[in-house]
Amino acid sequence: MLESYVPIFVMIAGGVIFGVVMVKLNEWFGPHRPNDEKLSTYESGMEPIRSARERFSVKFYMVAMLFILFDIEVVFLYPWAVSFKQLGLGGFVTMAVFIFVLFLGYFYVWRKGALEWD
Amino acid sequence: MDSHAVATGALYGYRNQKSSSTNNFFESSVTLETFLFYTLGAVSVGSALMMVTRRSPVMSALYLILNFFALGGLYLSLHAQFIAFIQILVYAGAIMVLFVFVIMLLNLGDEKKLNERFSWKKIVGAGLSFGVLMELIFVFAFSKANLPPSHFEKATDIGTVENIGMQLFTTFLFPFEVTSVLLLAAIVGAVVLAKKKLN
Amino acid sequence: MGSLLLISVIKFVAYVSIVLVTVIMLVYAERRVSAFIQNRLGPNRVGPWGLFQALVDVVKLLLKEDIVPKNAYKPVHDLAPIISIAVALSTFAVIPFGNTIELFGTQVKLMIADVNVGILYLLSITSLGVYGVTLAGWSSNNKYSLLGGLRSSAQLISYELSMGLSIIGVLMVCGTLRLDQIVLHQTTYLWGWLPAWNIFLQPVAFFTFFIAAFAETNRLPFDLPEAEPELVGGYHTEYTGLKFGLFFLAEYANMFTAGAVITTLFLGGWHLPYAEYLGLSPTMLSILQVLTFCVKLVLVELFFIVVRWTIPRFRYDQLMNIGWKVMLPLTLANVLVTGAVMLLIQ
Repeated sequence: MLESYVPIFVMIAGGVIFGVVMVKLNEWFGPHRPNDEKLSTYESGMEPIRSARERFSVKFYMVAMLFILFDIEVVFLYPWAVSFKQLGLGGFVTMAVFIFVLFLGYFYVWRKGALEWD
Repeated sequence: MDSHAVATGALYGYRNQKSSSTNNFFESSVTLETFLFYTLGAVSVGSALMMVTRRSPVMSALYLILNFFALGGLYLSLHAQFIAFIQILVYAGAIMVLFVFVIMLLNLGDEKKLNERFSWKKIVGAGLSFGVLMELIFVFAFSKANLPPSHFEKATDIGTVENIGMQLFTTFLFPFEVTSVLLLAAIVGAVVLAKKKLN
Repeated sequence: MGSLLLISVIKFVAYVSIVLVTVIMLVYAERRVSAFIQNRLGPNRVGPWGLFQALVDVVKLLLKEDIVPKNAYKPVHDLAPIISIAVALSTFAVIPFGNTIELFGTQVKLMIADVNVGILYLLSITSLGVYGVTLAGWSSNNKYSLLGGLRSSAQLISYELSMGLSIIGVLMVCGTLRLDQIVLHQTTYLWGWLPAWNIFLQPVAFFTFFIAAFAETNRLPFDLPEAEPELVGGYHTEYTGLKFGLFFLAEYANMFTAGAVITTLFLGGWHLPYAEYLGLSPTMLSILQVLTFCVKLVLVELFFIVVRWTIPRFRYDQLMNIGWKVMLPLTLANVLVTGAVMLLIQ
């Protein structure tokens, strides 16, 4: 079993090496003539006002949070879908109940306006 | 059967497999399993140390992602394919996204050097870590004979997605359904936490 | 294991060369098709019909200065494009681009890695792609970059859900996570004449997966992360040289993989209907099937390109509404309806 994963390890390692080599190549071949104007933050030609790293909308945090919760639901669906034909009606009812409970949560999120963007 | 037994079973399976594996790594006697185990083990320990010692929270988060990745590889070497990829999908791909978002959201700067030189917290912390270390050493070095026997003939079959599906939706049906309530509570909790800002 | 490692490395090098050539062709195709749609000529000077334009662009990027703004966080600024490209290059590993072929007396499966949880691998690696974008946006310390990176991250994770849920329907029909088995499942015929491709068995899943694929590859109508009129260059505003090139390459490599996944999951992969009845030798049939896969892939990519240049961009609230209020319930309903129908048929 493990042998079949060797190409995958090689692909991931190779991808990282490819990226590193490209970045290094650019550093070797490209010129290096920095000056203050060139290294300043681009803000459509204006002097940059304050740092960019300021607090931003809590909405993004909400999305990440909801994503984790629904992602876990999807994770449970994979083994279920693969064994669906063996599990039969019992398996279907089980998952229908599970999805229904989570749908209640989804409905709550919707009604509370957490999915609204303005 | 708890997760401990599964891990043990996988461990036994891993041992049995080792003797039957004939692939040689560059004509030496190192098997693929041991090679992966030591490489990934080194990566996970190294990345964990880096994660704890970094000043910048973003770098810490990145090393934690690398750590989860190596952990996924270790699960794979124990023939737990489903858990291996779920580890990466859920921990590295979902939970750490939230971590990075929160670090960016709060705009955490580099950790400031703490002024306290000596405090009781350090002593208690060191004592507790030492206790845990001793416990781990004891468990792995002396109590091997007390580990529960594996429930599976072939440990390589436990980790397949088909097997997990059949077990999860028959034997472990009730814990599975309760999980939905847990997730529901978490969804409501997330909305309540952010509600003040939303209104 | 030494030989195994060697074969894997050869496979990787061959694959990367193919991807690089394909990306160059894709960029060329995109520029020519967009020029055709906008009644322009497009690149036509470098090489015959301008074919070498993208190649020369790579050399140009190589010779450009790598500028890291002084307020940027350099380690992460360097790391972000590497994450993007590593993710984009490694996802293709599990796609079968042909049936088995006989080489040196043994049957070889035409895929890079024949693993038993192919789809999970695909999804778990794809889910890491979000870091490239987020970290690029954050490390640049530029307001446009940060906004672009954030928007993009939220978009990627939102549509990742619909993507995962769309696949569930296919998994229920095929009953396996192996991509080669999923293709084999599609080589049968319904009622004796209709190829059992998942596009016919799972039309809703196909539709939602296709939309999610547009969003996951950051292409119009979902290219909010780099909406030029509002965000300059989005998350890669502060990138120059090959580091910018890597993001560019990753984007097209992702598009290439997305097309391959769509072909494999829904369009029958390498299956050419009725080719079994032509009476070809096994080797000829295998070659014909690889060509079929390539043709299907090219058609999907052309569709991607045409959509990009003909449909306007969504607004951000519309994008998130589609993701959470339309796609999510739709894909969930598809799972339940598929289950009910399958039980009724049984």
